[in-house]
Amino acid sequence: MLCRAVCSAGARLAPALGALGCRQKHSLPDLPYDYGALEPHINAQIMQLHHSKHHAAYVNNLNATEEQYREALAKGDVTTQVALQPALKFNGGGHINHTIFWTNLSPNGGGEPKGELLEAIKRDFGSFDKFKEKLTAVSVGVQGSGWGWLGFNKEQRRLQIAACSNQDPLQGTTGLIPLLGIDVWEHAYYLQYKNVRPDYLKAIWNVINWDNVTERYMACKK
Amino acid sequence: MLCRAVCSAGARLAPALGALGCRQKHSLPDLPYDYGALEPHINAQIMQLHHSKHHAAYVNNLNATEEQYREALAKGDVTTQVALQPALKFNGGGHINHTIFWTNLSPNGGGEPKGLIPLLGIDVWEHAYYLQYKNVRPDYLKAIWNVINWDNVTERYMACKK
Repeated sequence: MLCRAVCSAGARLAPALGALGCRQKHSLPDLPYDYGALEPHINAQIMQLHHSKHHAAYVNNLNATEEQYREALAKGDVTTQVALQPALKFNGGGHINHTIFWTNLSPNGGGEPKGELLEAIKRDFGSFDKFKEKLTAVSVGVQGSGWGWLGFNKEQRRLQIAACSNQDPLQGTTGLIPLLGIDVWEHAYYLQYKNVRPDYLKAIWNVINWDNVTERYMACKK
Repeated sequence: MLCRAVCSAGARLAPALGALGCRQKHSLPDLPYDYGALEPHINAQIMQLHHSKHHAAYVNNLNATEEQYREALAKGDVTTQVALQPALKFNGGGHINHTIFWTNLSPNGGGEPKGLIPLLGIDVWEHAYYLQYKNVRPDYLKAIWNVINWDNVTERYMACKK
């Protein structure tokens, strides 16, 4: 999912180093739509800051942290490797989460899912409305910064709703496969909705890209 | 520091309950200055939302949580007492932190302390600066030093040094 192409020259020159031989950095993915495309539900100013500043910072800081981690690894400096873990989780999680988020949204989104995903939602939550209510409540209820998630529990083969703090990535933290994420950090809505997070939640359902969520569901169901 | 006056009537009527006999709720402290007083460093829109919405919500939710806690305590329902702890910490902490924060700032602030070590909180939740400084938290940090109330910080230090 994340763009980390191992450059082929490096792979040939340093097979002993394996995947660490030559690695391109992580990069900020393009938004699949214009900054203003989700108006009036999420305004252009938020989308521009959120993508080009916040997500970009996670990418840059992830690359810098991984560079330091590689050096520590090469020196056998376990103390530094451990000290770098919070920064890796924060910036790595931030990059993972936002990369998923942009694909979860669409100017042509909204409405309800169809087919297998809708059937699974009805089975695991009772109805689409009950699912929507629950994910909304969990997202509104996050204390401080974090995310609300619809995830897939591989062991139990069922959908599950969960909340994560800060930029903790869903799969790394809980084992659930992320399908749909709702960013409830204040930077995701404050310029437009101020302190009224519930209004942001009401609005975001209008731009959920159910095709993408369905794609993710079908991929992890195998 | 926090306003929680025990009403005297209640204390007389229910001595057995002790301090729980009659307790007034927590309340939102007034800002010691107008919402626009810290401009241009922290704008009026932020101060108004931050005080009248965010801090107010911590106060209201703290009172509601404490009410539920009192009921659980009275029933000996320890499970519920434990379940309420995160909400108590979050809303109680929010009320404590912001009550200190408003006093740590002043339109006549800035400069340097006079030879003493300060005791001071800086709110870096995004709601504290985003409308004005967007993602550039360092600019907010640069600006806030212009409104630090050193008289207050000194007072706090002297009080806890005893």
